[in-house]
Amino acid sequence: MDNAWAVVGIFMIVAIVLPVAALIMARLLGPKKPSPIKQQTYECGVETVGESWVQFKAQYYVYALAFVVFEVEVVFLFPWARAYGQLPFFATLEGALFILILAVGLLYVWRKGALEWQ
Amino acid sequence: MVNLGDFFYTLGMWLQGLLMRAGLSESAARGVFSALVAALLPLLALLTAVPLIWLERKWIARLQDRMGPNRVGPFGLFQVFADMIKIFTKEDITPLGADRIVFALAPVLAVAGVVGLWAVIPFAANAFGVDLNVGVLYLVAVGTLSTLAIMLAGWSANNKYALLGAYRTVAQMISYEVPLVLSLLVPVLLSGSLGLNGIVAAQREVWFVFSAPLAALLFLISSQAEVSRAPFDLLEAESEIVAGFNIEYSGMKFGFFFVGEFLHSFTMGLLGATLFLGGWTGPGVDAYPALGAVYLILKGTFVYFIFVWARATFPRIRIDQMLDFNWKLLTPLGLFLIPLLAVVNRGLSESSLWLRNAALLGANVFLAALVLIILGTRGRSARMRAASAAGPAASRR
Repeated sequence: MDNAWAVVGIFMIVAIVLPVAALIMARLLGPKKPSPIKQQTYECGVETVGESWVQFKAQYYVYALAFVVFEVEVVFLFPWARAYGQLPFFATLEGALFILILAVGLLYVWRKGALEWQ
Repeated sequence: MVNLGDFFYTLGMWLQGLLMRAGLSESAARGVFSALVAALLPLLALLTAVPLIWLERKWIARLQDRMGPNRVGPFGLFQVFADMIKIFTKEDITPLGADRIVFALAPVLAVAGVVGLWAVIPFAANAFGVDLNVGVLYLVAVGTLSTLAIMLAGWSANNKYALLGAYRTVAQMISYEVPLVLSLLVPVLLSGSLGLNGIVAAQREVWFVFSAPLAALLFLISSQAEVSRAPFDLLEAESEIVAGFNIEYSGMKFGFFFVGEFLHSFTMGLLGATLFLGGWTGPGVDAYPALGAVYLILKGTFVYFIFVWARATFPRIRIDQMLDFNWKLLTPLGLFLIPLLAVVNRGLSESSLWLRNAALLGANVFLAALVLIILGTRGRSARMRAASAAGPAASRR
C-alpha cells in the first residue's frame, strides 16, 4: 500500500470507529430509564413555547459568504505559495496583486456595514 | 544491533522484518505496517486527552491561585479516570423529536475531525502517520469537520437554544477560519512545501517564529478562537445561561464534545509547534532521531501552556467584539502580511539565510508597528470624541 491516501482512509475509518465503539459501550453500561419528563426539550426549566426551528438571521449568511470568498481565495493561493519560489519575480507580484484586490473587497464589505453584528 | 537513538525506524524495520518472514513481500509488509500505524495513532491521540485534561486543570488552578484536583489519587492524577467512569455510566437521553441519527453522529464527527489531524503531524524525522505532500490543505479540510459537527449537533437537538448557539458558534468558527488559513499560508511561503515534513525540515536553521512572528501570533489567536476556547468561549462556557449547542447532550456524547475540544486545543498546540517552532528539530536530532518526538511534545506542551495561560488571564469577549476583531483586524492583517512576506522572501531568495530572515523579521516588525499606530490613532480619536461629547469639564483633564 504505497498510496498515502489509503493510509489516510484507514486512519479516518479508525477515527470514526473508535468513538462509535465508545458510544456503544456507554449505551451498554448506562442506565436506560426513559421517561416523558426527561425526554422533553430543555428551556430553562419551563414548558417550551413554539417551534424549535427558529428563523435564520440573515447576518449569518453574510458571514458565511465572506468566509467562502476568502477561503476560496486562500485555496487558490496554496499552489502559488508552493511554487512562487521557482517562478519569476513577476509571479510573486501577481499573487500579491490578487490578494490586494481581495483586500479591497474586504474594505468594501466593511464600509458597506455588512460586517456589523445585528 | 538495535540503535535506540533511531527508535521509531528500528521498531518499524523490526515489525516489517517479522511480516516478511511470515511470507509477505516487502511492499506488502510496508503496507501492513502503515495500516497498523494508521490504526494505532487515533488511539494514541484519544489517550493523550487523559493526561491533558489533568494537566489543564492543574495549570488553570495554579494560575488562579488554587490547588486543582488533589483528592483522587496522588496529585489528583486519577481525577480524569473518575470523570471518565462517571461519563460512561450516565444515561444517554435523546430528546423527543430530535433527529436520532444526526444527534448520534455529531459527537463522533467532532472527535474524528480532531483525531484526523494527527495523521500528518511529523513526530520525528521518520515517525509520522502519513507523509502527505498536501499536508497543510489536509489540515484545513479535516479541521473543518468539527465545525460541521457543531452545526449538526445544534440542528438535530430539537431545541431552539441549541440551534441559536450552534449558529453563533459556527459563525465564530468560520470567521476565524480565514485568518487561520492565512497564517497557515506563511510556513508554506517560507518553506516552499505544502507537506508538514518539508516545513519542519526547512526550519533546521531558523524557526519560522523568528522569521514571521506576526504570522505565529495570528495562528495563536485564530486557532484558539477556532476551537471556541477562552477568551473566545462565550457560546459554551459554564457560566452562560444555556450551554450552547451541546445542551441536550448527556453522557458519553457530551463527553466526546468535551474531550474533542481539549484535544483540538492541544492539537493546535502541536501544529503551532510543527509549523512555527520547528517541530522535531533541535540539538542532537541528527544523531538520535527519536529525540525529535521529545522535542515536539515539549514544544507542543509549551504552546498549549500559552493557551491555558490566556484562558486564565483574559475575560471573555462578546460575540460582536469577537467578530469585529476577526474581520477588521486579523483578516486585513493576514491579507497584508502574505504579499509582504512573499515579496521580501522572493526578492531576497538569492541572499544569505541571515539577511533574508532579518528582512522578514523587519517586515513583520514594520507591519506590527503600522497596525499599532493605526489602532492608537483610532483609539485616541475615539477617546477625544467621547471626551468632547461629555462636555468641556471632562476634557480639561
